[in-house]
Amino acid sequence: MPKLKLEDLARMREEARRATLLREGAGRVKVIVHMGTCGIAAGGRKIMEAVLREVEERGLRDVLVTTSGCAGLCSREPMATVEVVGEAPVKYVDLTAEKIKTIFTDHVVGGKIAQPYALAVGSERTH
Amino acid sequence: MPYRMHVMVCAGTGCVSNRSLEVGEALRTELNKRGLADEIQVVATGCNGFCGAGPLMVVHPEGIFYQQLTAKDIPHLVEEHFLKGRPVKKLMYVPEAAAPPVPKMADIPFFSRQRLIVLRNRGLIDPEKIEDYIARDGYTALAKALTQMTPEQIIDEIKLSGLRGRGGAGFTTGVKWEKVRQAPGEPKYLICNGDEGDPGAFMDRSIFESDPHAVVEGMVIGARAMGVRHGVVYIRNEYPLAMQRILIALDQAREYGLLGEDILGTGFDFDVSVTRGAGAFVCGEETALMASIEGRPGDPRARPPYPAEQGLWGKPTCINNVETWANVGPIINHGAEWYRQIGTETSKGTKVFSLVGKINNTGLVEVPMGISLRELIYEIGGGIPGGKKFKAVQTGGPSGGCIPAGLLDQPLVYETHEEKRTVTDYLDLPIDYESLTHVGSMMGSGGMVVMDEDTCMVDVARYFLSFTQDESCGACTPCREGTKLMLDILTKITEGHGTMEDVRALEEIAWIVKQTSLCGLGKTAPNPVLTTLRYFRDEYLAHIEAHKCPAHVCRELNTYRIDPEICVERGHGCGVCKRECPEKAIFGEKNQPHRIDPRLCGKCGVCVDVCHFDAVIVE
Repeated sequence: MPKLKLEDLARMREEARRATLLREGAGRVKVIVHMGTCGIAAGGRKIMEAVLREVEERGLRDVLVTTSGCAGLCSREPMATVEVVGEAPVKYVDLTAEKIKTIFTDHVVGGKIAQPYALAVGSERTH
Repeated sequence: MPYRMHVMVCAGTGCVSNRSLEVGEALRTELNKRGLADEIQVVATGCNGFCGAGPLMVVHPEGIFYQQLTAKDIPHLVEEHFLKGRPVKKLMYVPEAAAPPVPKMADIPFFSRQRLIVLRNRGLIDPEKIEDYIARDGYTALAKALTQMTPEQIIDEIKLSGLRGRGGAGFTTGVKWEKVRQAPGEPKYLICNGDEGDPGAFMDRSIFESDPHAVVEGMVIGARAMGVRHGVVYIRNEYPLAMQRILIALDQAREYGLLGEDILGTGFDFDVSVTRGAGAFVCGEETALMASIEGRPGDPRARPPYPAEQGLWGKPTCINNVETWANVGPIINHGAEWYRQIGTETSKGTKVFSLVGKINNTGLVEVPMGISLRELIYEIGGGIPGGKKFKAVQTGGPSGGCIPAGLLDQPLVYETHEEKRTVTDYLDLPIDYESLTHVGSMMGSGGMVVMDEDTCMVDVARYFLSFTQDESCGACTPCREGTKLMLDILTKITEGHGTMEDVRALEEIAWIVKQTSLCGLGKTAPNPVLTTLRYFRDEYLAHIEAHKCPAHVCRELNTYRIDPEICVERGHGCGVCKRECPEKAIFGEKNQPHRIDPRLCGKCGVCVDVCHFDAVIVE
């Protein structure tokens, strides 16, 4: 390992930060892949892989990816919810790896809802 | 594929001794089994501080906190939370029984009320990876100090910050650094005192185990400021994991050119060696420690001259505690003004305490100076278990003293830049160097032992004296003879043979030892005696005049008696106590009330332990 110079230290910090940003819990966009039993059965794992691939290939640093359980609409799985901080969450249904690509381009990066694949905007009322 | 989740499994010594490594193994196995190992990163971190709740785990990015985990919990946890995204309620923290669980670490009062400077990277890094330290701004202070500041500027910053020695004595660190810089003599040395000898104290161990680079960075900055080329980390041998981590950290720092020759290409040379202690409390005392490094027996010497003028090998030496070194980086990074905003007028910054004893939330906490005992014990500590009454808190380990419940004999006026108030209750005492000395105790290295109504204060004094007496090096007569005499008297009192003359002698000896001992060990050994005599004299009198131990700890002074009604109505004269009594001192038949013959009773207390009906009364 070559000895570090000042610039090297700064560069190392940037790289290392990217790898551990998740521990600070901050993000601009949250992508939730639904992994209830129905979701998994419908192929949710492949959707998760597609999501993570998009994050890596695009070098995105402010996107959190998590899972959640069954959303209730089992017949439209695989599903994912895209939540931009400060905006209402958007539910996407009947997903494929291809659609994920578009959703990333349009919504996650571009900020505009990918209309053809979206089911609904907003969350259910719980009270 | 990038990770979407980081699972931080605590691998501090506390959790490891509770099998957290098994939990980590089970986790890795389960993740592999389910094909999740590429999405989910498992990191073994250092101590998180909430040791009473271990083994613990924090899941990011949500910051969900899990406690008291076993390997058996893992498959369910992985399926429910890591795969399906449903955090597992039954593994979460509950503030008290039947209360709803608190999922996020940031919402648990034990954590949210702390202010982390020294422990800033706690639970967030793998302590064996320098990259993790660098990701969280590690070594930026070093870069700033070496390239943008002169040595004098570094010292000025540390002086202005108000940082005081965290080993216990609280000397102003910046002033010590200045003295070393200005002292004539080459080469100069610096030492990290990692001998941490106070029983129950584990602040320094935690720092070494969780974030060793924080110490290394502080030392390099100090070396630059004082013109030192060689540093020594003195670490007690009883800390194998801490030793392993600091050695790895030093190797990694050297590899990256952050230690050794030509640091960061600036031409500055500084390296560090590690010396292990060999089981002597006295070697935490600076002059004994230096003797130990030099290969001589750990005998302290008189001061002056202080190490800053004549230290290791007779040369100017700066010796600072682990926690003190770990504060240096943040002060250089954020500035002295930032540091001054935290704490009290005389004691700036934060302090790491080990909160132990009769307390619900046992562990390691870092809080701003000036926090009240009440907040520390009740908000962060969660109060006394079993609803028992708070009796006293011992601060500063065997060198410190007890602070009782109740009202101060002299009110203390507490002033900050924001407020001025008069403190009358001991629990509202703001914790800082001066206020603790004002009530007869001291800050010490940070041990904080909470005691309740079931603690005997005479026994506490005896316990601490048994420790210091054993650790006395023997060089000076007051300590060597005095601690033995004090211990003998205390033992005599706890066994029920004490007299008032003994108490008078005890007090006199205590003052003599305090004033005439050669080193800090002897000078502070009488503190537990003096504070318990000051605040709990009535307990001493009860032992002597009434032949009673109010807390029922001193068995010789207890009488054991069976309540006949409870024995018959609840226990139906079951006879278990009679069977278990080693002295055959209990008499009675089935369905009849049993009784203890006081002449035969050996006061062992077994009958109390085995009775299912609480029929044995201790008086």
